[in-house]
Amino acid sequence: MLNVHQLTVAYEATPVFKDLSVAFAPGKITGIIGPNGAGKSTLIKAMLGLIKSSGTVNYNKQPLLTHRKQIAYVEQRKDLDLTFPISVFDVVLTGTYPHLRVLQSPGKLQRQQAHAALQQVNLAEFAQRQIGNLSGGQLQRVFVARAIVQNADVIILDEPFVGIDMHSEAAIMAILQQWRQAGKTIIVIHHDLNKVSQYFDDLVILNHGIVAAGPTAEVYTQANISQAFSSDLSQVLFTEEAQ
Amino acid sequence: MNFIHALSQYGFLQSALICAILVGIMSGLVGCFIILRGMSLMGDAISHAVLPGVAVAYMLGINLLLGASIFGILAALLIGYVAAHSKVKIDTAIGVVFSAFYAGGFILISLASSATNLHHILFGNILAVSDSDLKTTAVVGALVILFIVAFYKELKLTSFDPTFARTYGFKVQALHYALMLVLTLVTVSALQTVGIILVVAMLITPAATAFLWTDKLHVMLGLSSVVGVLSAIAGLWLSFTYNLASGPAIVIVAAGLFAISFIFSPKNGLLKGALAR
Repeated sequence: MLNVHQLTVAYEATPVFKDLSVAFAPGKITGIIGPNGAGKSTLIKAMLGLIKSSGTVNYNKQPLLTHRKQIAYVEQRKDLDLTFPISVFDVVLTGTYPHLRVLQSPGKLQRQQAHAALQQVNLAEFAQRQIGNLSGGQLQRVFVARAIVQNADVIILDEPFVGIDMHSEAAIMAILQQWRQAGKTIIVIHHDLNKVSQYFDDLVILNHGIVAAGPTAEVYTQANISQAFSSDLSQVLFTEEAQ
Repeated sequence: MNFIHALSQYGFLQSALICAILVGIMSGLVGCFIILRGMSLMGDAISHAVLPGVAVAYMLGINLLLGASIFGILAALLIGYVAAHSKVKIDTAIGVVFSAFYAGGFILISLASSATNLHHILFGNILAVSDSDLKTTAVVGALVILFIVAFYKELKLTSFDPTFARTYGFKVQALHYALMLVLTLVTVSALQTVGIILVVAMLITPAATAFLWTDKLHVMLGLSSVVGVLSAIAGLWLSFTYNLASGPAIVIVAAGLFAISFIFSPKNGLLKGALAR
């Protein structure tokens, strides 16, 4: 179990959220939804120690950050340097770096792992391509392949389905389901409300704090969406579903 | 007298050539990581910020490398500190800090010595490379290569995806400052070859040229050193034959190689684009 307890993040004295507590269960795909600027990415970055925060984040009753190598984080790709001289294969291979020592180069075993992961996301034929020569969906699958190689217990993806084709979305969803089967803790920040019920076992609705959290069937309600987003949006979404 | 003949005759010219080749190799290597990290301005800043260190070392009679390293790292730390603790952007912090260091260096040098020395530090004086200079350059060159070989995978990853490295607990900042230290060492070695003002060209231009020809980092590193070495040799030849200052001659050759690559390289495709039209 991944427990966030009384987490507070503040930029310039105004808190993004205060005393936020939430839990993520193993063997579940948990979605995090909320309007723009609600603090979704901020929550994840605070949990990962990438930004300053106060509060505790425990994984199986020990601080999450003492288990750094057991976390795979697929961040949003907007800041990525697509001209960097690195191949698809080498990007996936970096997933083995957390388990290598300084001075140790990736060997045969690591190369096999990277190759297998690329096959799992159907990109084996693109292994030697420079990463700028891929579509958005292919690129996202490369980073999911890297997460496969990391073989982590906690996997966090920040808006993995933004700007990608349906084929890639389905391929990534299939990998998430395999991870669920393996009992991993999977957290997905999600932007598209339409597929929430279809994709997520558990749901966290965020808007500068927790609006609601729990099994998707219980949490994904017109009242909660209305509170976090707007009543107009919730009406459109839930009226359509009723019809 | 032609260049080849002169080379066989004069020890000082041989020393100059070897020194220029060593500097070409190490600045070519380090430069790749500088440009891939988007740190060209930082490279320029650190290479200028070592000036007070050179002056202080000169005044105290200690090793130039020691003085320069201290001030280079100090500048890197100060830039990081200002950027982290104020709202100014990183390039602004770089501009403020390095110009202050540079100005301080000018004042120190004018207090300490004659204008001739300042001229040599700024523009290089490759024909006065002593045996001990050459030894120091060789040692620094070996250290730079060792650093890059030892931390190749970490340098590659933190240049490409620093967040990933931070997430699994790698000390990204420590490697950054190590790279800044290596940068100051390269700068000091390049002082005699091209001078402080043009060091940045030796770091950036060969690396940028190599970048236009390849999609593979290890190939880029190799090509970049080759361009650095070619520029050094051809520049020195130009300098000797036409009685030009060696630093600017070397840098102009490097810029020429970049210009050729800009037009003809398959990746940049200025020519390819024109043919396709």
